[in-house]
Amino acid sequence: MLTCKQASQLVSQSLDRPLSWRELVQLRFHLLICNACRHFKQQLNQLLIAIEQLKNETVLDQTIQLSTDAKTKILQVIESNP
Amino acid sequence: MVDNVNNWLNDHGDYLYRFALARLRDPHLAEDAVQETMLAAIKSNSFKGDSSARTWLTGILKHKIIDLQRKQFREQPISDLIDLDASDTSMDDFFDQSGHWLDKPQTFNMPDNTLEQKQFLGVLDTCMNKLPKKLKAIFMLRDVHETDNEIICKELDITATNAWVMLYRARMGLRKCLELNWTGA
Repeated sequence: MLTCKQASQLVSQSLDRPLSWRELVQLRFHLLICNACRHFKQQLNQLLIAIEQLKNETVLDQTIQLSTDAKTKILQVIESNP
Repeated sequence: MVDNVNNWLNDHGDYLYRFALARLRDPHLAEDAVQETMLAAIKSNSFKGDSSARTWLTGILKHKIIDLQRKQFREQPISDLIDLDASDTSMDDFFDQSGHWLDKPQTFNMPDNTLEQKQFLGVLDTCMNKLPKKLKAIFMLRDVHETDNEIICKELDITATNAWVMLYRARMGLRKCLELNWTGA
């Protein structure tokens, strides 16, 4: 039987590596009977969706611009670079 | 040379800056990323005209974002992380001795209008910036920049297991921060 701590670790790792069959079976069984860990899994999914939205919002926001100061500084650095 | 850069900055500077800011969430780092991109662009001479200048520059920028996060990661003292072995106590805030949740996670009330959406993303931004610096760097690389784990381990010079542990901690901290600061509708 997995503890919630172990189950949550596997939920997180499933985003980073393929789980083994044994881990998958154990995790699925745990999630079947554990509301809290199911919610944790949903939270991570919600988190990733929100990150995607935040990225899109930033990239599309025309009011966010490279400042004139920053541009000037970059040009100075380029000029002083041999 | 300077003329080239001037043109690139005028045509694509704002876009490159927003692209970098979206993935670094730090205005100064994002400016550095654009600067490093320009330096690399004039040195490389690899622009072939078969892709747009913007696509080419964005390709360079993606690498520069990884470079900058690696620097962020390495500059932080190791004490930022405590030990990474399995017996650590860093998860004591979340679980009791027998591995049960201390506070059971609830799903987030996702925003259902534009204003709420903006507030929610604002909280997310704040929470990401509250992560310990090392964790923030690896989290941003993995979950925001969507870098392959293999590349992350190579760039940060850490084992895969260490990467999983750090990402787990970062995600745990972030979801907790959202729970505490986003009450939803």
